[in-house]
Formats: sequence, structure tokens, C-alpha cells
Amino acid sequence: MSARTRKPAAGNDGRARSAHLPETFADWFASRGWHPRAHQLALLEKAGEGRDTLLIAPTGGGKTLAGFLPSLVDLAGRPLAHGPARSVHTLYVSPLKALATDIARNLAAPIAEMGLPVQLETRTGDTPQSRRARQRVLPPDILLTTPEQIALMLSHKSAGQLFAGLKYVILDELHALSASKRGDLLALDLARLRTLAPDLTAVGLSATVARPYELSAYLVPQRHDNAPTMRFAEIVTAAGGVKADIAILESEVEVPWAGHSARYALLEIYEAIKAHKLSLMFVNTRSQAEMLFHELWRVNDDNLPIALHHGSLDVGQRRKVEAAMVSGKLRAVVCTSTLDLGIDWGDVDLVINVGAPKGASRLTQRIGRANHRLDEPSKALLVPANRFEVMECQAALEAAGEGQQDTPPSRPGALDVLAQHILGMACAEPFDPDRLYEDVTSAAPYRDLSRESFDRVLAFVATGGYALARYDRYAKLKQTKDGTYRIAHPRFAQQYRLNVGTIVEAPMLRVRLARLKGGALRPAGMVAGGRILGEVEEQFIEQLGPGDTFVFAGEVLRFEGLREMDAIVTRAHATDAKVPAYAGGKFPLSTYLAERVRHMLAERKQWTKLPGQVSDWLRLQAAFSVVPTAGEMLIETFPRGQRHYLVCYPFEGRLAHQTLGMLLTRRLERARAAPLGFVANEYALAVWGLNDMSEMIRRGRLDLRELFDEDMLGDDLDAWLAESNLMKRSFRVCAIISGLIERRHPGQEKSGRQMTASSDLIYDVLREHEPGHVLLRAAFADAATGLIDLGRLGQFLKRIGGRIRHSAVSRVSPLAVPVMLEIGRESVPGDAGETLLRETAEELVAEAMGDDASVSTTQSPGGEHAAS
Amino acid sequence: MLQARLDLMPETAPTLRSHLVIGRHTLRPLMAGALYWEAEDTLLVADLHLEKGAACAARGMLLPPYDTRATLSRLGKLIEALDPQRVVALGDSFHRSECADNLVEDDFALLRSLQEGRDWFWICGNHDPHLPKTVGGTVCATLTIGGVVLRHEPSDKATGPEIVGHLHPIARICRRGTVVRRRCFATDGSRLVMPAFGAYTGGLNVLHEAFKPLFRWQQLEAWMMGRRAVYPVLGSLLLPDQ
Repeated sequence: MSARTRKPAAGNDGRARSAHLPETFADWFASRGWHPRAHQLALLEKAGEGRDTLLIAPTGGGKTLAGFLPSLVDLAGRPLAHGPARSVHTLYVSPLKALATDIARNLAAPIAEMGLPVQLETRTGDTPQSRRARQRVLPPDILLTTPEQIALMLSHKSAGQLFAGLKYVILDELHALSASKRGDLLALDLARLRTLAPDLTAVGLSATVARPYELSAYLVPQRHDNAPTMRFAEIVTAAGGVKADIAILESEVEVPWAGHSARYALLEIYEAIKAHKLSLMFVNTRSQAEMLFHELWRVNDDNLPIALHHGSLDVGQRRKVEAAMVSGKLRAVVCTSTLDLGIDWGDVDLVINVGAPKGASRLTQRIGRANHRLDEPSKALLVPANRFEVMECQAALEAAGEGQQDTPPSRPGALDVLAQHILGMACAEPFDPDRLYEDVTSAAPYRDLSRESFDRVLAFVATGGYALARYDRYAKLKQTKDGTYRIAHPRFAQQYRLNVGTIVEAPMLRVRLARLKGGALRPAGMVAGGRILGEVEEQFIEQLGPGDTFVFAGEVLRFEGLREMDAIVTRAHATDAKVPAYAGGKFPLSTYLAERVRHMLAERKQWTKLPGQVSDWLRLQAAFSVVPTAGEMLIETFPRGQRHYLVCYPFEGRLAHQTLGMLLTRRLERARAAPLGFVANEYALAVWGLNDMSEMIRRGRLDLRELFDEDMLGDDLDAWLAESNLMKRSFRVCAIISGLIERRHPGQEKSGRQMTASSDLIYDVLREHEPGHVLLRAAFADAATGLIDLGRLGQFLKRIGGRIRHSAVSRVSPLAVPVMLEIGRESVPGDAGETLLRETAEELVAEAMGDDASVSTTQSPGGEHAAS
Repeated sequence: MLQARLDLMPETAPTLRSHLVIGRHTLRPLMAGALYWEAEDTLLVADLHLEKGAACAARGMLLPPYDTRATLSRLGKLIEALDPQRVVALGDSFHRSECADNLVEDDFALLRSLQEGRDWFWICGNHDPHLPKTVGGTVCATLTIGGVVLRHEPSDKATGPEIVGHLHPIARICRRGTVVRRRCFATDGSRLVMPAFGAYTGGLNVLHEAFKPLFRWQQLEAWMMGRRAVYPVLGSLLLPDQ
């Protein structure tokens, strides 16, 4: 944090003085040649008086030091002979382990220099068991930790003692946590901490967000008494820094119509890196990072030190890159959002964002990584990967310039997380359901939770909560005579502790480089003791056959086979990988940016701001077909090859489009358009079929308004959800978080596989026999905002009701080209499995035809039978 | 759930076989995961694992308790459509022997109605070595029909054709970048391993070591269960699991 306050801020806030700042602190600031900033003092004053406060400051605003000031000042004023503390004074919670460690390092300096009698420790999943046990008995004054660790500590009997004297809870990067399941868990933890320490003060630290009040409610206990008003915390907003200097890369080369690689701009990116000291290059997915890193090194004639950083790489490897960055040994790092959050990574002077930023706030936060000094502009370069992304980049750039934000809105707390919390509470001590309900609804995400829902979740934790058959004799929680609930057996507490947390990782496999004997490639005799390169999703490896090549850890690798939890690979001496790994961006296009893009498209005046290639493309579209107005949705129909296409442009992001595609194909089938498949990108959806849809629309046999009617989200959706893999994935996550099924821990024996009931099978049974079960409700709520983005689809259908513009054209239109180019890149969803099985089976038929014919004529004589 | 009607009349293209051969007999694998032996008017199912949900609940996993009902109803649909003279359950019909006494009354009634008017054989499995009389039918260790031995676990002493369960075979293929993993009937023409029929039964890949001694590998076929047909797939096209 020292870097963040190195220079006095400009203007009068640099001279701010406060009665709340003790001499020791004022002197320390002075000895460094610094002045406390106005927002640091404002926060000290409010939180020092015990008011819950949210500090909103751009990156580089001395946010973390500000957050700790009230607590450090309070600790400094303690009487000297207070003996060993039995209780934590300050809890600091961060979403990242690395961030907790980083902050611990940075806080150590001021504490030592001021000679404060303060003990400071971290506690994360990596902390040794012995130290964690000791921390429960002899805690430090300040404990830096993660939401999961707090849940664990709260599930012990010692929690009451441990937190009785808690004064401050500091929630860092609150904007990144709040609207997520981890945020729900943290909110419930905070509510519990308040019952243990009623006088605690909560301090939230956040980047700039769209709705600060909404976020601040998270810090304050809510009252569930039918009062319509939320309670909010105090808000301190730091003065904004200098506007960022953002540019979109104007390429000499032609911008591609589709794709996400940005490979076309490689040399220009390389030139930008050469012209700066340290560039941070953000991409949206791991595989994009791999690909660009690989490509950059192919053109790296100057041998610039360029490194790679993403969440799947081996931890040791990541730490090495981070250290090299801080010490200034690198010129560029290609990274994913793992570097999004506020860790200091040295003197970055350029942020390159490859691909679309997807959201205005995300872009602002990423740009903040460059240049931590508030009084100098951060410099950023946006590199769109295709033509639609040019418009998206332009929209994001304008939004950032206007200081517009589009952080996701808060949503009701997840019921599976609540289930986990309830079990945790019972592990600590017996609870009274009325009291617990009051506690839970004091957490902002659960403020509107009805008593009925709470009771159903409680019943689920206790006995499964099934309506028909009952598991009373196997209950996990038992109600005692005084009405309190207690755990039925200590092993359920053990189960809880192994299961705590809301992060359900896709199963991962280690990627291990095989050492080969004598250089010969002999898979059978391969030595598997080679280096581990990192981890990759099991799902990805499942698609590979031995001999397939793919890019990982910056190299082209050849997949050789599997050995237990390891994917064995060798170096492939090839330049191109066979298997493309692009699985779509992790973040959907924000509604806000989508709207800006729609407006940009509709208003010709704005086209002049776009590069010539892109505005020419739009002019062609206007001449050939139609450019829709901002309120309309355009649908184009045209023939191509033996097929007929329908392309629509909702601009609602890939996830919502995929769901729409599933539902539309069902409806088109009923309308006898004989649909065969569809493909979606962030902006558009293309459906193709055997029948001429232009003709059907002209003759009134296909009504577009009906086709896109809101009732699509009724029966059609229901029927699709019954078999949707996405829904099953949502359900699996909820089943694990809620404790219905156990996590698979690494190294666990897999031979028992046929004995484990997979969550898919449970889903099928539960859906058929008790469709209203609380866990299905939880899975549905997740799917609605996450994987299938139903909420957004619903709003979209409402928005375009009666505003559909149809254009029947003779061939593919310029605007349709990008989505048409996606065809064939991704597998056709839906009933694809059936087609593939048939093809494979027919291969057998071709090979074994001779045998077959003789077999089918064989008569089977009826034989005797006997029970033996 | 799949309709019994669909089970019986898969849209099999003329190029696809609908029967597999064991010894000299032809049998018909059904999409629901059962085997119908027309010449003997016999329906075969394996590994029902009834009451598995309750058994898991006793260990602290409170799975939905509807698996017994789901499994019996699926079996019921098949029986209703085929009306076979004989039904044989190839072992592990109950997840634990004791569970057989714990069926709720409705499930018991359903089971009895299925058994009515036909011969019912329970072959014992490792999960249900001792079944109580209350389950009805005939309890036996093995059953021989037309020279084919039906038992729960494959026998290394088998001299003739046999049909077994126990292993819950699953097959996996990958095509055009997409993986399909399904329950299957695994056979080399002299031995047939049936898929598990129970609602909560997972599976084991046929390329797993446990299957190694069971087949003449050149002749292996996996009949994979689809939504519209059972698809015979050549053993050499299969992929192992992780």
C-alpha cells in the first residue's frame, strides 16, 4: 500500500487534519512525507464512532490503509498491560488468499515503524492445521482471512469466546463478493458475528459501483419487520483520479468478421509492448491467454521477457511470475481475471484489453491496474477481436469516459448457501429456530426471506425435507424438548467442515509432462514422473483422444493418456494445436453495454466514430437489408445451400441466446419449419432448418410475434429443463453446497464410481417426484441468473413484444456474417448425442455387415430352463 | 421418464440391428435398460438397487427417497407393455438385504402387482445375499434358460454362455469433439453384462480393468442406450474413462 500513498494528493485534501488521528499516526505520515487523504480521515471519523461505513475509491486510492486506520488507532489506544488477547479485535476478509497475504506484508511496515503493540496473522486454506487450532485459542489482534475460514471458525464451540471482543470487520473488494454465493455466505457470517459481538463496526471497501447504497446495505443489520425500507451504511467516496487515457487499437490489418483470437493484431500488440515498460494484457479466458502468449512468443524477435498468468497454472509458477513482475524483470504479462483484483503488481504503465471488455465497470477496474498514482492518467489499449467487438469497445470506452458503471444488481441470497450455514450453526451450538431466522434475515441478501422458505431449508438440512417419504430416523438435526435444534451426531460436523464453502470447482486433472526414455515415443514405457504444468478441467480432457494436440502453459502439447488424476502429455513439435479450446467468454455482455451498442448501431451519426472498415460494413448492411432502430429487434431470413436460415439480433449475450435457441427450435418444430440446429454468439442467434421460413412468414404460416411470445418461458422452458445439461450442472453445484452430496476430494478412490449416485440421477428422480423441492428451487434460481440467463431472456422478450422487424433477404446479410461464421465451431447442442451414437453405430454396421446378415437369420430354438 | 411404447418400437433404421446374440439365442435390448427374450417370453433386468436412497440416508446423505418408486414404475411400464410370462432380476435387486423388509406399503403393493400372474425370479447378488420370503417369487443363486446361465457376478468357471449384472457397464465414445457416455449392454457373443436398471445406480466404463478377463476383445460390442434406440457400437471405437 505504500505505493498508493507515495505522493500527496493534489488540492486541499492533502492538508486535511483530524482530531481523530493520534499524534503517532500523524507523525508517521509526516515521516514518510505523506499527508492522510480526506477519505482516509472521513472513514476514520465515521467508523471510529462505530458507524458502519462503505468506502468507495478507485484503484490506487490508499483504500486498504484507510480501511485499517480505525482499527489500528483503536488498538494503539489500548491500555498496555492487557495480557494475551482471547479474542480477535479486527477481522479482515478478502476474496483472494493471495490478497490477504499481500495485505499482511504491507501492513507489517506501518505497524513496525509506529511501534504499535499489534499482532497480525493470516489464516487461509494453506495455513497449517496446528496454527489454525492455536488461532482459535490464542488469536492475533488482527486476523486476515477469507469467507470460508470465517464460516469454519464460526462452526466451532469456541466461536463465542473467539469473537466476543471483535471491534472491526473489514470487507475488502466488496463489489467483487456481494452479488455471489460467496457474498451470501459472508453476509450470513457477518450476521452471526454481530450476534456474538453486538458492538462491532463493519467497514466495506469497494471499487466504484453502479448502486453504492445497495452495496452499503450489506454492511448494516437489516430488520425484517415488513418495513419496506432498507437500512444503509454511511458512504465515503474518495475523489476520483485523473481520467484514464483509453484508445482502441486502429489496425492497419482487416478486422475479422468473427472469432475471439485477435491474432490479426498481433504485431501491433507487440509494438505496443515494445513501446512501454510493463504491459498487462487482459484476456477473457484461459485458452485465449494460452493462445496469445504462444503467438506473441512466435513474433518475439527481441526476446522480450513476456510471461503468462492464469488460474490453472501451477501455484509455484504463478508466484514466480508475480515476483518477477514486482521486481521489474518483465515487459509484459498475459493474464486472465485472476489478476483483476487489487494486488500491487509493480509499475504497470499500459493495460491492454484483448477482446471485448463485456462491461464498463470491469474495464474501469482493469485499467486501474495501470499506474497506481491517482494524479497521472492510466493508459489503456483496447483490442477488439472482431467487428461487433469494435462497437462494444467503443461503447465501453465512452461509458468509462462518462464514469458510467454497470456492476450486477444485488439478488436474493441463495438457499443452498443458507442450508450450509444452518448446519454450521448447529455444529457450533444448539440453536433456536426463531432466533436464527431473525439473524439470517438481518443479512441484506436474506432480508426478504419468508419464514416458510426458511423452515423448508431447515427441514431440508434436518431430514431432507421430502414431502412424501420421511427420513426422520436418519435426521442430521434433532429438535430437543426446549425447541432448539442440535446435530444428531458429531460426524455431521466433520462432514460440514469438509464441505464448507461455495466454490464448486469443475473437477480438475493435473497436466504432467512425461519424461521419455531414450527420446523414443513409447507411451507404454513412459515415465510419468515429469513436471506438473498445471491443472485443466476434466471436461476438456474428456474430449481429447491420445495424440491430440492442444495449447497449455504456453506450449503445444500432445495428449498421451491418463494415469489416475494426471493427464500425461509430451511436447509436440508442432506450431498449431489441433483442438481449439475456446469455450466462450466467462462474462456475458452487460445489459448496459448491449444497450449502448444497439443505440450506436441505430444512429448513423455515431458510425463516424468507428473505424472505416466497421462503418463501411454497417453501410453495406443498410443498403442490402435493414439496420434496426434501438428499440427493435431485427430478424432476417434467407436461403443458403440446401438450408433456410433465420438470424435474429437480441444483443443479450451468449448464454441467453443459447437458451433462446433451445426454445426457438422447439417452437419452430411445432410450426413445421423443420429446424436442424442453431448457433449463438454474444450479439445474434442463427437457426437453420429444411423449410423456407421467408415463405412461411409471407404466407402467414409462421407468425414471428407468436414465435417470440413471452409464453415461451412457460411449458417449452419446462420441457427443455427436464433434459437440460445446464440445469443438471446448476443442480450439482447446489447439491454440493447444501451438503446433499459430498465433494469429491482430490486423490479420492474412484473405483467406487458405479456405487455413487451421480447428481444427474438424483435430479431426474427429484424432478419427477417432488418438483417443488427446495433444492430444485435453488438450482432454478441459479440457472435463471447464471448458466441459462433466464432473467435476461424474460426482460428481452418483454422489451421486443410487438417490435420485431423482419427482413427477408436473398442471401446472407453483412450483419449476419459473424454469427454464420460460428457455425461448425461449436457442437450442436440438444439431441446431438443421438446423432453421434447413430453415426458410430453405423460405422459398426459397415465394418461388420457380412457377419450381421448370417446372424439375423439364425433361429433361436426355445430351450428348457430350470432354476438351480 | 421414457414411455414404454417408445422402448418397444425404437425408430430403428433398417441398417441397425435390433437384436443381439448370446450363444444360439437372439435377445432384444430395450432402451429402458432391460433385455427381452422373446422366444422364452422372459424379461431380464439387473441391479435394481431398490432402497438405495434410504441406505445412503442412513450414512448421512439424505437423497430423495423416491428411487424405489421410480425404479419399480419404470419396470412396471415394461411389464405392462410386454406382459412377459417370466421376469428375472439378476441380483443386487435390493441395495441391502435388510432393506427388503423396509419397503413402504405402497411400494410393496406395487411390487406384488407386478409379480401377479407370472413367474418371478430373484437371483441373489452381493448386496442382497439373503432375501426374506416377503419379497415373493423364487429366490435362487443361478438360473439356466436354454443353456444360458443367468447369475449376478460373471463366473471364471463358466463353460457356456452367461448373462450377468453386477458391473454396471457404461460406454463412452467421442465424435466430432463431443463425448457421449451411456449405460450399455456389453457382450462378446458368449457373455453379456447387463446395465444397471436402478434409478440411483452409476456406472463403470467397460474398458475398466474389472472387465478385462470377461470378453474376447475382438468380438466386444457395447449396445449403448439412446433416447430413440439402443445403438450397437464396436468395442474398438470405445474410450476409457478418467
